[in-house]
Amino acid sequence: MALLEIKNIRKSFGKTEVLKGIDFALEKGEVLSIIGSSGSGKTTLLRCLNFLEEPDLGTIEIDGNVIYDAEQKKKYKDSDIRNKRLHFGLVFQSFNLFPQYSVLDNITLAPKMRLKEEKLTAEQKKTRIEEINAHAKKLLEQVGLTEKADCYPCQLSGGQQQRVAIARALALSPDILCFDEPTSALDPELTGEVLRVIKDLKSTDCTMIVVTHEMEFAKNVSDKVIFMANGIIEETGTPSEVFDAPKSQLTQAFLQKSVETF
Amino acid sequence: MSFWEVTLFLLEGFKVTCLLFILTLLFALPLGLLICAGTMTKFKPVRYVMKVFVWIIRGVPLMLQLFIVFYVPGMLFNIHLPDLLVTVLGFKFTISARFLSALIAFVINYACYFSEIYRGGIESISVGQREAGQVLGMTKMQIFFKVILKQVIKRIIPPMSNEIITLVKDTALARVISVVEILKLAEQLASRALLWPLFYTGVFYLLFVGVLTLLFNYFEKRLSYFKA
Repeated sequence: MALLEIKNIRKSFGKTEVLKGIDFALEKGEVLSIIGSSGSGKTTLLRCLNFLEEPDLGTIEIDGNVIYDAEQKKKYKDSDIRNKRLHFGLVFQSFNLFPQYSVLDNITLAPKMRLKEEKLTAEQKKTRIEEINAHAKKLLEQVGLTEKADCYPCQLSGGQQQRVAIARALALSPDILCFDEPTSALDPELTGEVLRVIKDLKSTDCTMIVVTHEMEFAKNVSDKVIFMANGIIEETGTPSEVFDAPKSQLTQAFLQKSVETF
Repeated sequence: MSFWEVTLFLLEGFKVTCLLFILTLLFALPLGLLICAGTMTKFKPVRYVMKVFVWIIRGVPLMLQLFIVFYVPGMLFNIHLPDLLVTVLGFKFTISARFLSALIAFVINYACYFSEIYRGGIESISVGQREAGQVLGMTKMQIFFKVILKQVIKRIIPPMSNEIITLVKDTALARVISVVEILKLAEQLASRALLWPLFYTGVFYLLFVGVLTLLFNYFEKRLSYFKA
């Protein structure tokens, strides 16, 4: 059974239909890259998965359980949506680290907030906080920033900030980690370190959806590629199917263009 | 009167000035947040009412508002504010009806100005900060208090210090409804042909504002460890 299955997701902003029925499934441990030109709906799709936008229609299933059905959306309370969100993590294009917290606190803030919602004894709480801190340090090690634990975001380069953002998203152990153009705001020489971290995550069996303009990365790292155009999935397949033998003319044109720009 | 006598005499009025300033801040700072919430709510009727309210308060001279609060309740509804005896930390104050009127007018007026500064501060924080909190499963309250608030405070310190320094000097307006603050006392001396204390009051204001400026600098420094 697929880990994630989304069916017929539709989303309009006013009269503009941005997503015109998106379906796809993702197995555990798979990496999916979503490519396509600006305005094709990639980011909106990712935002729908993280409930930053509410789809107008469609369902989202995790492990065969429907966690979101747009027809029921009036019934969902804020707290429901908050819990559903935890299936997904999101790394933003512009990092969005919390500037007033140290690197370590950025990672531990949300897990510590969640502790408050559980009824724990002082003793339990103490051990849990120790666990959270230990986990955060492990994540920092994973993204190669152990020595920056006490720094503030303004003291880090863009690439380092994005790596912290990845660690922060991982702190809540999401089922699926989403990346919204994670390297688009970075200087070219900094994209490598971030892409390397994402690549390393793949080896830990992390399920990921990456919206990206880095074609080489999409080609080499993903198990599956989706090319979106005008709010629909124009073409989907393995990287070699999509990149080496694209069937759709739109895909061919897009890939041609992205080669030309380099 | 000697210099020393005048100083002691004016100091009595300066106490009233300080009390008016501190009490106004104490009530206007939180009330401003409430008004700010009102002008930012998604519920349109409340939002429009609050916006019109802020427009009126900011659009009418503060001096006129002092007259309105002092005279209108009595004229229309026969409500007369009482003199209150208050004990704070062992100090006894008589809060006269005049003082209370001035306080109410100042609190409402300054709360409206503060609310707009708060709104500007809150709206200047990028949506990404809120969204980052959301995808991490935080509640709206947690996002506001743990993520947004400190960044807002950092950003609004300069405009707030401006407004608060203005308040120090605006307290002098209270004399139009005969609140006996420092300038009122100096005027009393002036009417007895002792003119220099009128100018001497400036020193009191300067010292007060000087202390406040140092305080704001301290807060700014305290928050300078991060960029927002």
